Amino acid sequence: MAELNLHAALPEIWVAVSAMVLLLVGAYTGDRAMRLIGLLSMLVMGVAIVAMLGIDVSTVPQLAFNGHFIVDRFAVFAKVLALIAAMASVWMSFSYAEREGMARFELPLLMLLATLGMMLMISANDLISLYVGLELQSLALYVTAAIRRDTVKSTEAGLKYFVLGALSSGMLLYGASMIYGFVGTVSFAGLSTALSGATEPSLGLIVGLVFLCAGLAFKISAVPFHMWTPDVYEGAPTPITAFFSAAPKVAAIALFTRVLVDAFGGLTPQWQQIIFAVSVASMLLGAFAAIGQRNIKRLMAYSSIGNIGYALVGLAAGTPQGVSGLLFYMAVYVPMTLGSFAVILAMRQKGQMVEEIADLSGLAKSQPWLAHIFAAILFSMAGIPPLVGFFGKWMVFAAAVNQGLYVLAVIGVVASVVSAYYYVRVIKVMYFDEAVTAFDRVDGSLKLVLASSLAVVVIGILFINPLQNSAIAAAASLFPE
Amino acid sequence: MIVQALSFYVFAAVLIVSGVLVVANRNPVYSVLFLILTFFNAAGLFVLLGAEFLAMMLVVVYVGAVAVLFLFVVMMLDINFAELRQGFVRYAGIGAVVGIVLVAEIIFVVSSGAMSPAAGALGGSPMPAGVTNTEALGNILYTDYFYLFQAAGVVLLIAMIGAIVLTHREREGVRRQRIAAQLARDRRSVEIKKVPTGTGI
Repeated sequence: MAELNLHAALPEIWVAVSAMVLLLVGAYTGDRAMRLIGLLSMLVMGVAIVAMLGIDVSTVPQLAFNGHFIVDRFAVFAKVLALIAAMASVWMSFSYAEREGMARFELPLLMLLATLGMMLMISANDLISLYVGLELQSLALYVTAAIRRDTVKSTEAGLKYFVLGALSSGMLLYGASMIYGFVGTVSFAGLSTALSGATEPSLGLIVGLVFLCAGLAFKISAVPFHMWTPDVYEGAPTPITAFFSAAPKVAAIALFTRVLVDAFGGLTPQWQQIIFAVSVASMLLGAFAAIGQRNIKRLMAYSSIGNIGYALVGLAAGTPQGVSGLLFYMAVYVPMTLGSFAVILAMRQKGQMVEEIADLSGLAKSQPWLAHIFAAILFSMAGIPPLVGFFGKWMVFAAAVNQGLYVLAVIGVVASVVSAYYYVRVIKVMYFDEAVTAFDRVDGSLKLVLASSLAVVVIGILFINPLQNSAIAAAASLFPE
Repeated sequence: MIVQALSFYVFAAVLIVSGVLVVANRNPVYSVLFLILTFFNAAGLFVLLGAEFLAMMLVVVYVGAVAVLFLFVVMMLDINFAELRQGFVRYAGIGAVVGIVLVAEIIFVVSSGAMSPAAGALGGSPMPAGVTNTEALGNILYTDYFYLFQAAGVVLLIAMIGAIVLTHREREGVRRQRIAAQLARDRRSVEIKKVPTGTGI
């Protein structure tokens, strides 16, 4: 047991140490170094990706820190995705932060530390490291939501997120303590061994599992624990909302998958019901509640709730195919949501940010390229072939059908059709409504994100096979032979 | 043996009585003082159990820090405790119902629960022989749980950064103590005047 194996955790150690060095740099130079620290944070994340890909996980998973920390193909896939999403979010935040007076050097640092928390979450190999990673991430996110402390909306978003997040952490801890009490171990390997027997699971264990699922469902904003999402998305500064909607979702859903498949693989029939219900509710609420929205950030909040529902369809299948579909779905979802937020960040009229869907009217005439890109992203989110969004949905639904979950697949397709309505409505506003006021020129930094996002959505279909293969290999590492 | 049993009953009895007095007292300062007495007796019970590290931590952390903080808050802030207690009778019924439901749930779960057969082997980590429990805890915390210890440290770092980001403001017109300037002052920068007795400057 006394095995540190530090090289498996080298990317995390690198990120943690760099964050502390950057903190010192910031403390001496002050807020004018915000852009420098942001660029350095992105560099740190890039180096972490390279270091991550250098860890040999091809045959057996690497355990570090006496088994509290695990690196396998699944972890590498999810971490690379989360790091790319975090890098893009930091990149998008610069010009907004400088314009809106929230250019504080702590902002990119908190995003870097939140990313460190995500990496710890993805690599968690017992319930304690799960909790510590989750709190590391959440605490940094609460602060970034409230970073515009002089505006009521931002502070309200931060406070709401904090209070509800603390409540969900409490539920998660309660569940974890029940599980520890009834099984006698917190390590995922130990749980998996203890639960693999054919004995009937005790009621206390099920209660613990339900509470654990409730706590984690809050973090991925799945129905019925989604109430915070629209308010926090609307209130938080837009680049922070973009950050919330991409990287933490990847980390939390990867954590959720690892806990359920790896630790509670012996209780699959029990948690399958929970995921089934949560998935159906999220898809339906995401589809129907978004119809009445006027604010584009709230619309994106409901859209992300719905998307989490689709991703959970793959988890509900509980098979390697389902988990690979989930990973593929998240890999496609991240560039789409980041691209949408790049468009929202470009919604400026005479130097003022606007957030209403109606403000997009006539965009096709005033800024045709912005409109074309947004239309491509929205069509992809609606799941219209041949854009990549279609393949994401197709893979999770195929996994559900192969497991005989026809009801889930049918509800998913219905919800997908309903959600196509509000995506297409935004496109209609852009192309067929009369322009009110044209938007300001788009920042150069946003153009890069927009172009990459368009590239993924349109040209991405050429790379579906390699992506799918790595998702399948990643998913296989969670399922022992 | 008899000494041990006797001290257990003394500690336990004083603990329960002072615990009740914390709630029942009208004067909040007395409540906090009884709380400190409760902590001391709980520490005594820990010593009887052979958990001397927990006992010391209870005295250092709860009595030394938490209770003193409570005492400061109670004495410095003007809180009207009678007002806080208003509505107690009104909500007592609902509170009792919630309490009964919770107790029923706990009884239900505990009575129907069963340990997994593998639990004993997995959970059994008895005190290693020949070391004090401070040493045993330190061994676990800084070797087996080293990772969690470090990660918890990063969580606290974020809490510090967050508190500063959200609350620190540069204020105008605040006179700050500049220690470097104070220390750099020598004989030449100070003017010394001889004052004759009884005349003034």
